[in-house]
Amino acid sequence: MNIGQSGLVKPYGDTLDDGKVQLSFTLPIEWSEAADEAARQLVAKMGFADVQVVEGRRIATGFSFFVVYGSSTQSIDASKIAAPSAKAHAMSMEEIDALLRDRLGRKVRVAGACIGTDAHTVGIDAILNMKGYKGDYGLERYQMFETFNLGSQVAVEEFVRIAKDRQIDALLASQVVTQKGSDVKNFTALVELLEAEDLRDQVVLICGGPRVTNLMAAEMGYDAGFGRGTLPSEVAGFIATRLAERVEKTRGQR
Amino acid sequence: MELRIDPSVVAACRSLAARVARPVEEFIAGHSTVAVERSVLRLLGVDGVNAEEIPLPNLLVDSLSPEQRAQGVALAFGRALAETGLEPAALAEEIAAGRTTLAAYDATPAAAARGALAPHVERAMARIAGRREERRAALERAPQGEPPLLYVIVASGNIYEDRTAAVAAAEAGAQIIAVIRSTGQSLLDFVPYGPTTEGFGGTYATQANFAIMREALDVIGEKLGRYIMLTNYASGLCMPEIASMAALERLDMLLNDSMYGILFRDINMKRTFVDQHFSRMLNAYSGIIINTGEDNYLTTADAVEQAPAVLASQFINEEFAHRAGMPDRQIGLGDAYEIDPALQDGFLFQVAQAQLTRQIFPDAPLKYMPPTKHMTGDIFKGHLIDAMFNLTSVMTKQTIHLCGMLTEAIHTPFLGDRALAIENARYVMNTARHFGDEISFKPDGLIETRARDVLRDCRTLLEKVEARGLMDSIAAGVFADVKRPPDGGRGFDGVFARGEGYYNPFEEALRA
Repeated sequence: MNIGQSGLVKPYGDTLDDGKVQLSFTLPIEWSEAADEAARQLVAKMGFADVQVVEGRRIATGFSFFVVYGSSTQSIDASKIAAPSAKAHAMSMEEIDALLRDRLGRKVRVAGACIGTDAHTVGIDAILNMKGYKGDYGLERYQMFETFNLGSQVAVEEFVRIAKDRQIDALLASQVVTQKGSDVKNFTALVELLEAEDLRDQVVLICGGPRVTNLMAAEMGYDAGFGRGTLPSEVAGFIATRLAERVEKTRGQR
Repeated sequence: MELRIDPSVVAACRSLAARVARPVEEFIAGHSTVAVERSVLRLLGVDGVNAEEIPLPNLLVDSLSPEQRAQGVALAFGRALAETGLEPAALAEEIAAGRTTLAAYDATPAAAARGALAPHVERAMARIAGRREERRAALERAPQGEPPLLYVIVASGNIYEDRTAAVAAAEAGAQIIAVIRSTGQSLLDFVPYGPTTEGFGGTYATQANFAIMREALDVIGEKLGRYIMLTNYASGLCMPEIASMAALERLDMLLNDSMYGILFRDINMKRTFVDQHFSRMLNAYSGIIINTGEDNYLTTADAVEQAPAVLASQFINEEFAHRAGMPDRQIGLGDAYEIDPALQDGFLFQVAQAQLTRQIFPDAPLKYMPPTKHMTGDIFKGHLIDAMFNLTSVMTKQTIHLCGMLTEAIHTPFLGDRALAIENARYVMNTARHFGDEISFKPDGLIETRARDVLRDCRTLLEKVEARGLMDSIAAGVFADVKRPPDGGRGFDGVFARGEGYYNPFEEALRA
């Protein structure tokens, strides 16, 4: 690892600690040489040094586009940063089925839905449908999962009601649309309602979507969060491991 | 650049599609839906909402008795028009205010109702014809430029922000603007009212929003000397209503697929089949080009595997559109550039499919959709994949080209993203403008073989669908691996059998 003299890291262009960063953005002003200068000064105010506007042009009446390089004056100690991954449970479908059979001795009931008004089922379908994603089978295919794919636009209240009525072990909430924070609002509403109904601790609660991170999931009160490129077996492995841990804990308490 | 394909296989596919559609059409002819009836009212001039924000067309159709509904809303409404002597809008207001009801005029003869309706029907038809004529004249005055026509999406949720973005995109070179709808609108069984400034993942389709965008595009189109087309969505539970509003506000294109809602939005199949038919009759008359949604097969499953299903769906969409009276020049069949970029020779497969579609549907304004499924946060790679898509489009002479965004999969496009996407397309399409005319395919090479394989498998698939029937095939998961039962899904309760004496004056006028 390349650590600068300070022990901190900076963006790397072609020399250690040169801090080179590229930015591109639009300003709502007509293009002119003064607009280029405005872009340069703006990036300098952001804290970048050696700012160069390498491209500036008009893209519409009253709008200009810029490509800018600058050197970061900030650095970070990357060794002190932790972002736990929920994908640390790499197991095959057979291993997961075996684990559940062995530790739980019953089928695990999983319900998934696109909550709120979101109608994009791509993610939840990739995880749940038999076919799966990238050659990795979906949860429907597992012997030890009983799955309920509730599809799109499932109200949070409905999702919680189903969780209760069908005694669901794991809930998968998906959000693809993130405009104006709608994803976080819906995810939060689900946790709050589960807590209000005294169900939060009874389920493994998982969120997913292209913008979801495990860190964000933890902050919202979820057990795990899965982002873009997630394979069904990664979600299945997490559910299985978490449920197996719970069984251990219960036994330990006895 | 021609693929050597067997025309007898193409002809076989067309006749299979005709046999697939025939029994469905019999069903369509015997049924109507609440959405069809509401669009009859909208065309007659009923609009607005009551104090609870319920649109008056919904209020009136929901007030019908089952017996009245089976006759079509026009007769009940026409009886009330005849007896009260009111204009349609005023009559609807009276009913909304509770001062009269559609139940009060049951004794009035049907002939009187028809007579009272006639001038309003004529007025609506004339208004739509006028809008069509406006488009024709505008296109003559300010032609669009040559295809592939650059189509971009605006989707801020706020119609006024959308307007700013649309005007900027037109200045950058866009020839078609589509306003993406708020997520979830397809599942609303009503059309929201008035200008809207809040939506998620898109902006509500309302008649007022249509008018706001139309005006802005007309102004910038005049300034640029290029007519800018406007697109929205006649899909979901309100297909025919959106088609009527679009006809009245001179939209130029509508996304409108005979099966999309069934497969991908779990809308009841009977509802969809009936709704798509009446909406396409309207689209045919209003000169609106439909865009079908075959790209969805490719985004939800493997694109190489699904290629025959895409072609089969194109044949079925073409057949249903023909049956609704649409000419080829208004049938924008869909395809998409969705093959995994990691696949060796994937580009060759894309070219094969795009060229195959071009040759099989020579007069259709094909709609080519950009990569979305394999787009990641890597905007640099995304921009490059978009360039390959642009090349395929210009080589194979696609007509409607939805510009791919480098930030696909990240956010709804920024203004700058759209400008970059249009520049990418303009560069590639200019530098390779006549490339397709200069090259020929290697006989029996990878591209030609792939095209023939897709066509052959499409025929097999259509044979299977024809043998089972379309509704049973959809129930069995033949399309996109999605299973939808004939009486399941959203909106089924809004489908009803036409009773003796059922009357839809617009259906008659549109057939004439």
